[in-house]
Order: sequence, then structure tokens, then C-alpha cells
Amino acid sequence: MAIVATSTKFSIYGRPVLAWIVGLIFFFPIFWLVLTSFKTDADAVKPEFLIFFTPTLDNYLNMTENYDYWRFATNSVITSVFATVFALAVGIPCAYAMAFNPSRATKDVLMWMLSTKMLPAAAVLYPMTFLTKSLGLFDTHFMVIVVLMLINLPIVVWMLFTYFKEIPKDIIEAGQMDGVNTWGEVKEILIPLAWGGIASTALLCFIFCWNEAYWTVRLTTTEAATLSKLIEGNRAPEGLFFGRLSAVSAAAVGPIIVLGWFCQKQLVQGLTFGAVK
Amino acid sequence: MGRIVLENVTKSFGDAQVIPPLDLAIEDGEFAVFVGPSGCGKSTLLRLIAGLEETTSGKIQIDGEDATQVPPSKRGLAMVFQSYALYPHMTVRKNIAFPLRMAKMDQAEIDKKVEGAAKILNLVDYLEQKPGQLSGGQRQRVAIGRAIVREPAAFLFDEPLSNLDAALRVGMRLEISELHNRLNTTMIYVTHDQVEAMTMADKIVVLRAGNIEQVGSPLDLYHTPRNVFVAGFIGSPKMNIIDGPEAEKLGATSIGFRPEHTDVSTTEGKWKGRVGVAEHLGSDTFIHVHDTGLADMITVRIAGDIAVTHGDDIYLTPQMDKLHKFGADGLRMA
Ligand SMILES: Nc1ncnc2c1ncn2[C@@H]1O[C@H](COP(=O)(O)OP(=O)(O)O)[C@@H](O)[C@H]1O
Ligand SMILES: [Mg+2]
Repeated sequence: MAIVATSTKFSIYGRPVLAWIVGLIFFFPIFWLVLTSFKTDADAVKPEFLIFFTPTLDNYLNMTENYDYWRFATNSVITSVFATVFALAVGIPCAYAMAFNPSRATKDVLMWMLSTKMLPAAAVLYPMTFLTKSLGLFDTHFMVIVVLMLINLPIVVWMLFTYFKEIPKDIIEAGQMDGVNTWGEVKEILIPLAWGGIASTALLCFIFCWNEAYWTVRLTTTEAATLSKLIEGNRAPEGLFFGRLSAVSAAAVGPIIVLGWFCQKQLVQGLTFGAVK
Repeated sequence: MGRIVLENVTKSFGDAQVIPPLDLAIEDGEFAVFVGPSGCGKSTLLRLIAGLEETTSGKIQIDGEDATQVPPSKRGLAMVFQSYALYPHMTVRKNIAFPLRMAKMDQAEIDKKVEGAAKILNLVDYLEQKPGQLSGGQRQRVAIGRAIVREPAAFLFDEPLSNLDAALRVGMRLEISELHNRLNTTMIYVTHDQVEAMTMADKIVVLRAGNIEQVGSPLDLYHTPRNVFVAGFIGSPKMNIIDGPEAEKLGATSIGFRPEHTDVSTTEGKWKGRVGVAEHLGSDTFIHVHDTGLADMITVRIAGDIAVTHGDDIYLTPQMDKLHKFGADGLRMA
């Protein structure tokens, strides 16, 4: 009885409070980032202006006028969208085959795919740089798209696989009996039924592409450079340009936060692999 | 239209051979029922015919043509699944129309056929609903509707009624039988329920561990079961089968007599026993008899009523002309 009573009290008062605390802790850096972005570089490091200061839009204006924000943003959109589309185009048939026609090796193939994510990116930095440069692909959209797609493919296949697994095999077989070919099964049955899962996967993949920094920073200079590169370019070790850096960062994460806000449900579903109903 | 012949067909999953070499012919227009205990390979056999499983060896012919390597979508068969397997994202109308749309039939023709099927199956009021809003029986009808509109060479049913409650099951059983009479198309029906088999089939195929134990009409199986297994499996309540001295007296290893082929008296008879449970159904009485020294329990069935209760003495006499004799190999003796 006592246990039930306390757990009820906890779930009424404790849990929301705890959730808010955790939420605020996670949100604080973002809040600080946005706050700092409205300070001048000089004000940003002065303790007396910690909370109260005269806000300025200079950092943002400066950024769009002098640093070509929109070009970086466009590159981010182009590379993330295409990488996501291609990852799905490869991932859907792949996950479909493994979910509905598994072989003895299916589990191993899935593990192997995941294991590629365990490889430290730095280990292949030299070959990647060498390859892209010698193929003339350095700093091209094509290369960024291919790299972003490849590094996200394992997680895309894994997620789609788990979603497809939830579709009863009977329904696919009913489709076969009703005379559809393989493409028809995918188009008429699989995609409509797994639509929620595919959307979650696409969203997550898009976010990962958008946030990717290791390769986009190292394999681009100007032409194909994304917002990660813009942030990187405004980083100063002396910490003299905190205001500017914050504005750039806020403008880089802004779109993704807005997107995430509108797609909360899909995201939660995606991150928990559909475990939340 | 739909003659299906299996020649030397086998199926293994890994090392486990689920279907040993098997020959079977199902004639055009026939209602064939595969019956057997759960796990005996009925579904596997049906799925081999459908093309949803590949044969390990052997040949499957549909209408005289070798279909062994033909994919399920090209075999011209329709299947009704135990789970119904309706497309949850489509309305009833779209579900039924789906195979026609896949066959690229023109829309006017599709509409006509869907309406026709809906009328036969009492689904007219539900055409715009999604499967999730329907009851089990209605879903079953949609699954059947989806199968009939394509006018397949044969229908395959895999335990289609096992998810329905008992009353609905009897109704649907009749509807499927009527459908067969109306369409006269080959139907292959899988069930573990021998009552369904007996009531619906032209031809029953009794399976055990992938082996065909007997093929025949319901009454063939009832009157002349080929072995002890079929004798015990077909008929309800089950045939009484006894071994030992009583069987040896008749030159058999075991003898069987059906509950309804046993005379009962409270005063005299061949074997004496004690009434365990007496089930009075009005039309019939089932009496479970103990302490006969023949078997743990003997069941008898008497038309009408008889005044016996728990613990009463009772005398049983099997009707000798309806007695079944089986040899040491379990096979029926001439
Ligand atoms: N895909 C499969 N992989 C391995 N074994 C299977 C598979 N499908 C069926 N089996 C096995 O084959 C046997 C027959 O199964 P099934 O045809 O479903 O029996 P039934 O329909 O008569 O209950 C069972 O022992 C089952 O475990
Ligand atoms: Mg089965």
C-alpha cells in the first residue's frame, strides 16, 4: 500500500518537476547561446553583462552580410536533403529484403552494418582526404552527399528494419497472392504501412546530416561548405568573438530546432525505435 | 480450371523435413480439406501450393502446367489467411478491389465486381470503412471478397474460421460451403477441426507429421478409416479404441467402436462398467464409462435420453457389424 501511495505522489508531483529540471538543464546551453548572440563581442566576456545588457542585432546582420550565411545554409539544406533521400532509396529495399526474406546471415549483416559506426572517423581521415582529392571530388556537393549518406546508412537500415519487422508477413504475402510484384509490394503495401516509421527515420537522418561536422569541415573549403564549416570558421581560440560565434551557431541550429519542435512525436518514436506507442 | 497435382513434393526447413515425399491430386471444382493435428504441416503444404514456400524437391502442377517455379503472384490462386491479412491502410472497397487494380482492370469493371462481391457477402454498408472498424466476421468476409473478385483457379483457405467465436464459425462454415456450390471452383481448406472437415469437404486429406494418412470422402473416412490414427481423429466424440485380450479374441491388435455404435443397457450386456459423467443434451446422451477393464474411459452416445447418473452400473455391447479391427502395424484389417 505504502509503495503504491508514494509512487502515485511521485508521479503526480515528482515526475513533472524532475522532467522540468532535466529539460531546463538540457535547454540551458541553447538559451545561453541565443542570449550571447545578442551581445557584442566585447560585452559577451564581461561578467557585469551576464544577464542584463543592451541587446544588439549586429551579430546577425554581420553574419548575413559578411559571412555569406545563406550560401552555407543552402549547402546544408541541399546536402542533407539529398543524403537523406539517397539513404532511404538504398535503405528501404535493403531493410525490406532483410525483414521479409531473412537468411541465416541477416543478423550478422545487421551487426556488421552497426559495427561500421564503431570505426573512429579519424582512422580513415587520410584515405578519405586522399581519395576525394585525387578523384577531384574535394569540396563538391556530390562528395558531401555521398559521405553523409554512407555514414548514416547503417542507422537508417537498422531503424527501417525494426519498423518493417512490425508489419505482419501475412499482409505482404496477401499482396503476393493478389498479384503484385516486388515493386508493387514496396509501393502499395510496405511504404503506406510503414509511413510513420519511414518519416521518423528520414527526420533523424536529416538531423544527423545537418549536424555532421567531422567530414563536412575537413572535406570542404567554400563551394560545398555547410553551416558546420561556418561555425568552425568563426571559432577563435582566444574567445574574442563569442557574440559572433553564438549568432552563427544559433542560426545553424535554429532551423533544426524548429523542425524538431514540429516533429516531436515522430522524433520520439524514431529515437525509441517505435517502443513508445 | 483448377486441377492441382503434387508429385513427389518434399519440404525441409534446414535439416527438418516437414513434408516427406508426397503425391496428391485435387480435381477441378473439388472442395478438399487438409486436416490434422496442429504442427503436422497443413499450412506448409498449402503454402507450397500457393508458392509462398519453395518446394525442396518435386513438382506442382496447376491445370496441367508445371507451376513449381512460378511466383505466387502468377499462379492465379487466391488465399484467405487465418489472420485475414487485410490491408489496414485501405478501405474495404480498396481491399476488395486491390487484386483487380493490380491486374490493371478498368475502373468501371472493378466497381461492378466489388459491388457484386459486397452484395453476396453482406458488406455493402461497410465499403468505405477501414478493416480496423470491422468485427472478426466482417473482416473474414472482406478477405473472402478479395479472393472471389479475381475469379481464381482455386481458393486456398488456411484455418479461416479459427479466430471467430463458435456461433459465427458455424455460420461462416455454411457460407463458405454455399459459396463453393455457387462458384464451383476448386477450394483447398486447411483446418485442425475435424467437424469442419466432415461438414465441408468433398475430399478429406488427413495429415500426420507431413504424411498423408488417408484421402477420401468424409463418409469413407468415417466408415473405413485406414488406420488407428484416422479412426481416432475423425468422428466426434472419438472412436473408442481398445487393445489387449478383447481385441485378441477377434484376432486383432486393437479394435475400435464408435460411441454411437454401442448398445447400452442398465441390466445386461457384453461389458460392465460404471457411469462417470453423463451429458444429457436432450437429443442425445453422452455417457463416459469407467471401470470396464478395457480402457480408462469408454464413451457412448445414445439417441434420446436415458436415466443414468454418476456411479450407476451400466452394460455396453458394441455393434459387431460396425466394429473396426486393426493389426499390429496400426492398419485396418480387411
Ligand atoms: N518457416 C519455417 N521455418 C522452420 N520451421 C517451420 C517453418 N514453418 C513451419 N515450420 C515447421 O513445420 C512444421 C509444420 O508447420 P505448419 O505447416 O505450420 O503446421 P500446421 O499448419 O499443420 O499447424 C512445424 O513443426 C513448424 O515448426
Ligand atoms: Mg497452420
